[in-house]
Amino acid sequence: MTEIPNGALWTVIIGMAIFSFGLRFVFIGFMGDRPIPEWLMRHLRYTAVAIIPALVAPLVVWPAATGGETDPARLLAALATLAIAYVTKNVLVAIGSGALGLMLLLNLLG
Amino acid sequence: MAITTPKSAFWKGLRDSTPFVLVAGPFGMLFGVLASEAGLDVVATLTFSVSVFAGSAQFTALQLMQENAPTLIVLISALAVNLRVAMYSASLTPYLGGAPLWKRAIAAYLIVDQSYALSVVKFETEPELTSAERYAYFFGTNALIAPCWYGATLAGALLGNRVPEGLALDFVLPLAFLAMIGPMLRTTAHVVAALVAITTALAAAWLPYNLGLIVAGIAGMVAGAQVELWMARKTGAQT
Repeated sequence: MTEIPNGALWTVIIGMAIFSFGLRFVFIGFMGDRPIPEWLMRHLRYTAVAIIPALVAPLVVWPAATGGETDPARLLAALATLAIAYVTKNVLVAIGSGALGLMLLLNLLG
Repeated sequence: MAITTPKSAFWKGLRDSTPFVLVAGPFGMLFGVLASEAGLDVVATLTFSVSVFAGSAQFTALQLMQENAPTLIVLISALAVNLRVAMYSASLTPYLGGAPLWKRAIAAYLIVDQSYALSVVKFETEPELTSAERYAYFFGTNALIAPCWYGATLAGALLGNRVPEGLALDFVLPLAFLAMIGPMLRTTAHVVAALVAITTALAAAWLPYNLGLIVAGIAGMVAGAQVELWMARKTGAQT
């Protein structure tokens, strides 16, 4: 893992602070009581559920820790975490059991 | 019991939010630990949590910065993760839109998953609430969660490098993201959005500047919206 340059880090922090506030303020601050276009709401509904899986999929299939080599222990732990999260709807239970499962699998398969 | 004054509305909001401390606490701590592992100092980590105040977007930025993604891509991706707060803002506007600008600005900063989820249910079920009571309830839902998020981040950042080696910390972040996805998969449209995004992300991983992530995010979003339209048309045709 490489060092994050300081300039880039603070650009990201300040940029995110401004734009995150902008996203939250855009409707409540500017729209007043006007209705929001339905097509816009329809796309906004699926942003998080699209971008987070897109971010995580390559990390699961080609983990950095193994140099991009697909690792059965990490793949299994990832699938188990997702399944537990889907069934229980409990984020912390899912992370906890996923991490525990990964440690076991790394010892068993590694 | 119905809310009668802004003061009792505030305390009601605070009480309703207490279960979420169990989410914000560990998550803030995890962010602090992983940020310090990534080389961020305590000041940067705490500034991050206080000024941005958006867990999943912060995790996203952290991951991409570690991959040395271009700053613009880091920003776009993190904001895309956080686009849902714009949706929350839109949905709270009919209830909170009538207050003075400074009050709306403070409320805007405090729009997060927990405060939104609690407040929108409250406002829908008790339409007789006054604007002052609504604001008091909304601020109440954050009176515990926000300080908890800051404090937990700080604790995690201070703990940072003292976390024992060999815990496969590299994979905690992907697991955290996967755990966040689970509860989001509420409808067929959500599942399709996630599947299309995953497929596109893997197929487009060769694109430079982590652009595959942006392409996959857009593909998933459009797929979700289209499935929603299609499902609505189908049920509409049946009745």
